[in-house]
Amino acid sequence: MSAHASHAPNRSGLWDYLTTVDHKKIAILYLIAGGIFFLAGGLEALLIRLQLMYPELELIGAKTFNELITMHGTTMIFLAVMPIIFALMNAIVPLQIGARDVAFPFVNALGFWLFFFGGVLLNTSWFLGGAPDAGWTSYTTLALNQYSGSGVDFYVLGLQIAGLGTLIGGINFLVTIINMRAPGMTFMRMPMFTWSSFITSGLILFAFPAITVGLVLLMFDRLFGGNFFNPDAGGNVVIWEHLFWIFGHPEVYILILPAFGIISEVVSTFSRKRLFGYSSMVFATALIGFLGFMVWAHHMFTTGLGAIANTLFGLATMLIAVPTGIKIFNWLLTMWGGQIRFPTANLFAVGFIPTFTIGGMTGVMLAVPPADYQYHDSYFVVAHFHYVIVGGLVFGLFAGLYYWWPKMFGKMLNETIGKWNFWTFFIGFHLTFFPQHFLGLMGMPRRVFTYLKDQNLDMGNFISTIGAFGMTIGTILFLINVVVAAKSSKRAPADPWDGRSLEWAIPSPPPEYNFVQTPLVRGLDALWVEKMAGNKGMTPAEPLGDIHMPSPSFLPFLMSLGLFVAGYGFIYHNYVVVVIGMLFTLGCMFTRSVKDDPGYHIHEDELEEKGVKA
Amino acid sequence: MKGWQQYWRQLSLFGLLALVLTGCGRDELSALKPSGPVAAMQFDLMKLSSAIMIGVFIVVMLIFTYVLIRYRKRPGQQGIPKQVEGNHALEILWTVIPFLLLIIMAIPTVTTGFALHKEYPKEEAVQVKVTAHQFWWEFEYPDLGVATAQDLVLPVGKKVQFVLSASDVKHAFWIPALGGKIDTNPGQENKLWLQADKTGIYYGKCAELCGASHALMDFKVEVMEQADFDTWVANMKGVQAKEPVTATSPLAAEGQQIFDKSCLGCHAVAGKGGKMGPNLTNFADRERVAGIKAHTPENLAEWLKDPQKMKPGNKMPNLNLDDKQVKALVEYMETLSVSEKK
Repeated sequence: MSAHASHAPNRSGLWDYLTTVDHKKIAILYLIAGGIFFLAGGLEALLIRLQLMYPELELIGAKTFNELITMHGTTMIFLAVMPIIFALMNAIVPLQIGARDVAFPFVNALGFWLFFFGGVLLNTSWFLGGAPDAGWTSYTTLALNQYSGSGVDFYVLGLQIAGLGTLIGGINFLVTIINMRAPGMTFMRMPMFTWSSFITSGLILFAFPAITVGLVLLMFDRLFGGNFFNPDAGGNVVIWEHLFWIFGHPEVYILILPAFGIISEVVSTFSRKRLFGYSSMVFATALIGFLGFMVWAHHMFTTGLGAIANTLFGLATMLIAVPTGIKIFNWLLTMWGGQIRFPTANLFAVGFIPTFTIGGMTGVMLAVPPADYQYHDSYFVVAHFHYVIVGGLVFGLFAGLYYWWPKMFGKMLNETIGKWNFWTFFIGFHLTFFPQHFLGLMGMPRRVFTYLKDQNLDMGNFISTIGAFGMTIGTILFLINVVVAAKSSKRAPADPWDGRSLEWAIPSPPPEYNFVQTPLVRGLDALWVEKMAGNKGMTPAEPLGDIHMPSPSFLPFLMSLGLFVAGYGFIYHNYVVVVIGMLFTLGCMFTRSVKDDPGYHIHEDELEEKGVKA
Repeated sequence: MKGWQQYWRQLSLFGLLALVLTGCGRDELSALKPSGPVAAMQFDLMKLSSAIMIGVFIVVMLIFTYVLIRYRKRPGQQGIPKQVEGNHALEILWTVIPFLLLIIMAIPTVTTGFALHKEYPKEEAVQVKVTAHQFWWEFEYPDLGVATAQDLVLPVGKKVQFVLSASDVKHAFWIPALGGKIDTNPGQENKLWLQADKTGIYYGKCAELCGASHALMDFKVEVMEQADFDTWVANMKGVQAKEPVTATSPLAAEGQQIFDKSCLGCHAVAGKGGKMGPNLTNFADRERVAGIKAHTPENLAEWLKDPQKMKPGNKMPNLNLDDKQVKALVEYMETLSVSEKK
């Protein structure tokens, strides 16, 4: 132990963030990067809606439109909402389980930088010969060289790099939640958000390899003349669909489960009640995760798999409605008998319930294969998955951000702007997507860059575009709120919402080491248990002592940079660049392996000072 | 939040308004106006599942609204709410009831599912081979020995068995008013049966992203009485047996010259010509130009002058025709008819 450096490395500003391995700072990095990609994806969405505002509009060309829809979907799923989920997981999960950091802080930083460079690589396609245009699903043969531009190469390489980061992050959270829980924090005492993060991480572990396999095969087809998906050379186009959706459907639950977790926390806190049916909530979450792997072919009902496969996958899909229903009723009953307050966080959580219920209902309707033959690839499906992903997940993320913002940044978001944010976004959302159900049933296929006059599709599309402005205003209001909060000099209290779980037992924002002393957990809603027992805070589980911290490192950034460079080498068939990039990454990995990194200690007497600097 | 109830009333009103304003879509296009047994079966399933789901939604919303009004925190409210762990009876109730509702949906799902996947031999159904191309549709009637494109001609009240594939990328064949869609996979064959119970024109669409002009890959379905259909088949065969139509006017003759020289390589007329582009044997009878624009000489001329403008990314090259040549070509192409009416 004496070999450990005893002083915190003195870093600040940008350099601090480029080298940080602190989960709280990585959370902020994820939030900033995810937020920027969210704005890019939102801008793409707005352009899509503008083009569809009137029939036969010639605002955006057909090819550009296909690039926009592809990038909108890919960006939002992989580069916006997943990172924002990771932001909240990073910021909150270690605090909720009473840990000082995640299990592998270095790997945590690596996961972020891989995602970041993958995302940047993908988005540079806009300036390097056109974005991918084969849809976010990149169905073959459309995604092969003969039928699409070089943008799909950026998709293939960018997603592989970003996907590595996500996979690494998922593994890290699995290990963290299994191993780093404070004494007394049994599995069945973990807060719901931690539970859902745990199950989501498990899903990531099993789902991402499927897309990775698919992307590698597609890369071989596109870059090296492989013929996995080329029917003219004996390949098979349907294999890609299977690989994509074996990943793609669990991905839906990877996204929505953390939102379920957030809603559970927020609803319970603002009702001043413990979560109704906690154990059935845990069970339902696990069951959804499990069933989520058995229903991928419902994205392929019209592919021609036959009556037996379609029926079985349809029935399996319907089953998911049962655990999801359990959750909805548990939330309602959590509020029942409570004292419900409505700060913005809870507005989003409460707004989530009916909205997500609609999304779930159309989900069950889509699970009926014969009826799905009509809905499939129509605007009905577009409406459905936006109800789930925006009305479910994005509402959940807003709820989580308003709820945990004080914990993450030490500043409160403004409630007045927050309410405007909620109402404009909520009304805008329903205006945008509710009419799309009917557009689909009235015969409008999805991913069309225009529609002809005299098909009775004008009104619905017009309303939908108007709604998109509402969502835009809501998003801008959120940004304004962030600026207002950052400029405010008022510091957030440690426990602004009368919270129930461990993160509210420590200052906002928490010190670098989170807990001065690891807390002893004595029940579900650990802090609430202490509050009810009349205690001022958590009972410590260890004496005051030196705290060992991991050293910051620039290597995660450099490793990801090497892959980023190699990615361009692949895209431009310049194998010298590939080798240079790969060697650079391997060199960084080697350095990491051989260089002894003992970390450092924060001394006991330094802890006593308030706001010890890193 | 006194606006809650009011808001929900507004939302439902708004939804209704949107519906009333747009109706249920056009008869020719909407899945909500089924014109055949397949679409009708699917519509029944839609109605059943949405009825069940709306029922569930109403229950959820009633509890939701009650809870939000009744359990709002009131000013001066003291004490801590009872911390309820759960309730086994309730939890079993809301597990079992959804399960039962799902069984109600599952039964017709299974029966309809298998009914829709039947395959009908040529004794019972008109056989049509569909090949999807970027961005047009090829229809062959192997038993009748005729082939056409863009306008699918069907007899009323008779089952039609489709065998579908694609030549380039994946497309999806969808005639909402007649029934749900099926993908056309390159390198594979899919089967689908449909039936139209009313004569008239229906709109068909490509439903799978297939490239730049995916949105414009429309086709038309012309459903006619059996006798008319038989006549149509006979005429098509008659034309195919003969030499291509001889031009009826000097301008048309000039057009035919251009056509034979520049177009026949890709487009077949009456059994002669290539298969790269749509068969044009009965072009003059077709509903639309390029599958999307009204069939007028002006639109045809616009198409011929610059095919990429009307349908970006399609495979037809710009022939760089001058106005006179275009006029001649239009004149000739409007004579390519097998119908006595025209």
